Amino acid sequence: MASIDVALKQGTDSRQHREPVVNNFSIQVATVNGSGSQSANSVLLRTIFLMGVPVSGKNLFPSNIAGLPTWFTIRVSKDGYVARKRDPEILVAMNPESAADDVRALKPGSVVVFDEPLKLDALRDDLEFFSVPFDKLAGPVAPEPKLKKLLRNMVYTGVLAHLLRLEMPEMETAISKQFSGKKRATEVNVAAARVGYEYAVANFERSRFMVERMNENANKIIIDGNAAAAMGALFGGVTVVPWYPITPSSSLVESLMDLLKEHRVDAEGRATFAVVQAEDELAAIGMVLGANWAGARAMTATSGPGISLMAEFTGLGYYAEIPAVIWDVQRVGPSTGLPTRTAQGDLLSTAFLSHGDTKHPMLLPGSVTECFEFGMTAFDLAERLQTPVFVMSDLDIGMNNWVSDPFPYPEAPLDRGKVLSKEDLDRLGSFARYKDVDGDGIGYRTLPGTEHPNAAWFARGSGHNEKAQYSERPEDYVNNLDRLNHKWETARRIVPGPVLEHSAKGAKIGIIAFGSSHWAVLESLDELKQQGVEADYLRLRAYPFNAAVAEFIAAHERVYVIEQNRDAQMLQLIKMDIAAEEVVKLRSVLHYNGHPLEAQAVTESIVLQEAK
Amino acid sequence: MATTPAVKTNHIGLSVIDYRGSKSTLCAGCGHNAISERIIDAFYEMGIEPEHVAKVSGIGCSSKTPAYFLSRAHSFNSVHGRMPAIATGAAVANHKMLYIGVSGDGDTASIGMGQFAHLMRRNLPLIYIIEDNGVYGLTKGQFSATADIGSRLKTGTINELPAIDTCALAIELGATFVARSFSGDKKQLAALLKAAIAHNGTVLLDVISPCVTFNDHEGSTKSYKFMKDHEEPLQDINFVPSFEEIDVEYEPGSGVDITLHDGSKMHLTKLEEDFNPTKRIEALTRLAEAREKNEVLTGLFYLNPGLPSFTDRLNLVDHPLGTLPQSVTRPSKEVLDGIMEEYR
Repeated sequence: MASIDVALKQGTDSRQHREPVVNNFSIQVATVNGSGSQSANSVLLRTIFLMGVPVSGKNLFPSNIAGLPTWFTIRVSKDGYVARKRDPEILVAMNPESAADDVRALKPGSVVVFDEPLKLDALRDDLEFFSVPFDKLAGPVAPEPKLKKLLRNMVYTGVLAHLLRLEMPEMETAISKQFSGKKRATEVNVAAARVGYEYAVANFERSRFMVERMNENANKIIIDGNAAAAMGALFGGVTVVPWYPITPSSSLVESLMDLLKEHRVDAEGRATFAVVQAEDELAAIGMVLGANWAGARAMTATSGPGISLMAEFTGLGYYAEIPAVIWDVQRVGPSTGLPTRTAQGDLLSTAFLSHGDTKHPMLLPGSVTECFEFGMTAFDLAERLQTPVFVMSDLDIGMNNWVSDPFPYPEAPLDRGKVLSKEDLDRLGSFARYKDVDGDGIGYRTLPGTEHPNAAWFARGSGHNEKAQYSERPEDYVNNLDRLNHKWETARRIVPGPVLEHSAKGAKIGIIAFGSSHWAVLESLDELKQQGVEADYLRLRAYPFNAAVAEFIAAHERVYVIEQNRDAQMLQLIKMDIAAEEVVKLRSVLHYNGHPLEAQAVTESIVLQEAK
Repeated sequence: MATTPAVKTNHIGLSVIDYRGSKSTLCAGCGHNAISERIIDAFYEMGIEPEHVAKVSGIGCSSKTPAYFLSRAHSFNSVHGRMPAIATGAAVANHKMLYIGVSGDGDTASIGMGQFAHLMRRNLPLIYIIEDNGVYGLTKGQFSATADIGSRLKTGTINELPAIDTCALAIELGATFVARSFSGDKKQLAALLKAAIAHNGTVLLDVISPCVTFNDHEGSTKSYKFMKDHEEPLQDINFVPSFEEIDVEYEPGSGVDITLHDGSKMHLTKLEEDFNPTKRIEALTRLAEAREKNEVLTGLFYLNPGLPSFTDRLNLVDHPLGTLPQSVTRPSKEVLDGIMEEYR
């Protein structure tokens, strides 16, 4: 019995291996870090994008400048799935070090384009191999020998153009875009792509995997979350940006610097912004608080280790009630961890960053569009709430390229919060900095430089009364802490609420996810449906949660909280917020290997837990 | 009918009361209180509007003192050793204000050394005062890193590590006005403070300020008695703000005139023929020599009024960044559309 099953299965497989696959596969390019493959991979991604086909790219790179293996995956999906796919169908093997392992890991029927000297075709007989002499092809088109190494990469784009039926004119457009229209660079790279294309035409049949033109990308953009966040900050009116470089957040500030230099310099060449490279993250957050105290929209961007260093100052910001915007582009911890790998592991440490009773709003962008949106509104919230606000992005959203609709121009004006002017003080006479005048837990502040003898107040981390005067009186302390808690309830109401992304009639199961997990969850919902599991899906966009989260949990028998950390950190936060009898409904899907979450992992975990 | 005597005012019409703060909670006789008094006098005499001043500090006895002067000025009492970061952010957000930072020797030379170094390096426009008593007062008398080698605590513990000379460091790192004084030397401290107010760039003013409770006894090198016996003023300083009639007595040929950025002049009477406070190397040499001789050299060691400050270098618009209107800080829809096009 068993042997017949096996034989039948193999038969099915070999038939499948001849069937054409259109717009539904994944390419993995394996190169050596620092070999300049990023340009070639971007060109591949953009060529498919220009053909109107849904596409996504993920860079799985090491913490290294040059020498270690690196992989770039491109997913082509007619259904619009953009999460990482577990198994690639096309491997481009350029790295001798990882090639054999990469080939062994492939599913039968996959395609391998490899560098001829590697002789990979001897490893397996259930794959389709294409041997390409990259050095020989790149040599003649390289204007100087040192460029040969770079151009080898562009050669494989041409080879793939033939094998996968990519349109060469679109590829040439993509190359021109990649090199910002620079004539010489474009010419050389187009020549390299053509050499690869012509070699493939002359020597290979096309593969059964193909890209066929669609019309899904009209008007769309390709962008990474860090660049989107920088754009949000620009249109959110950021003025002061102190920062300390750390992967994977550095490109956020670097993008922002470029934008500010271009769009925020007046006619005389004077800046309406300041970027300060601080000596460390302690100084960066200190400068952010100092600048916000003086009225500026100041932000910084960092990752886990930087968050740890910002703990003490964040407590000061909470207690002295100074606005601040901090982007945490999360990477794998603890400690140095895996600096170039993605995670959602800073939730608990950030939510309660600092000593004493402290807690901080966190925004949870799930897309590049939300990176743009929260890039602006985080300032509104910070100034309205007069408190540090964290935006919890991650490496997957922040550094990978995503296809998106263009970002809409903001309609709402900047909300600068409760600030009293000289004229206000002329009218009022005086004010009490920490008095809850409006019943929302938020007092009024003045800015240094306000020309009124009663404008000044004393910002301090030590105990204070409503007038910001030093006080150790127990009733003053309790009054303050209780008001801060009341302000937390205001935050609950005004932070972005959760989104019911999917609802199935009569579903007993609920799924809660957030951030970059969103895309794998969307795909998993379809997979689950195929397996007979219907689920509703609520996507969180901020902490603290509003009432919709508890209501969602109450409306389901079991709720799976999907997150990219070991300790179910979001589930722990939810637990603190719901009725004790509801807690037993919560289950976890945890993913923490540093790679972006894939749908299959979510589906498998839920199916397994549902079977129990 | 008795007439009310006219209240004495400065040239902007404010009386000294307008520069006072709340009552000090430090120990009676603390050198820090004398420094607060001199700060009040200096800002009053210079006629600076208190609303144009922002006070920043870290943590410690010294860092409490901004509450005791200029209560009409905004103030930020931050965390231990991190006053420079708060000051830097604020100075960038509003470069039209005058910033005064108060720190201590623990707050600066131990926990805050990193931020101190980088603030000096940036030449941030800030008067950075170290109220220096060589001891941790608030935690009841541990040595700080400016305690001199060989000095003894009340408990009998001897300090076996060399002191950090914050003035020498500041000169090395890039501060453009570096001086040392003594809290009990009213005349010198007042003159230095007024000159500091006129300076554009980082002022590092290390003021030896004996701790009456923990570090004012036989064996301490920062006691009143030690300072009286070992203080060696480098110059007699007369500071003449530009709005006052210049009327200074000095021997022709014995002084160096230095014009500060606001046009006011500082006149230094040299004690040594060959000392020139505009030369870094000479300043460092004099500090090193004084240290060898176990003397506390006071006076203005180094001054470079010509260097652009940190906020000058940022080439900012005139209006403070913090209060720029949305029409300036949010680019137009056309700009966004243009950027979107780049990403297509």
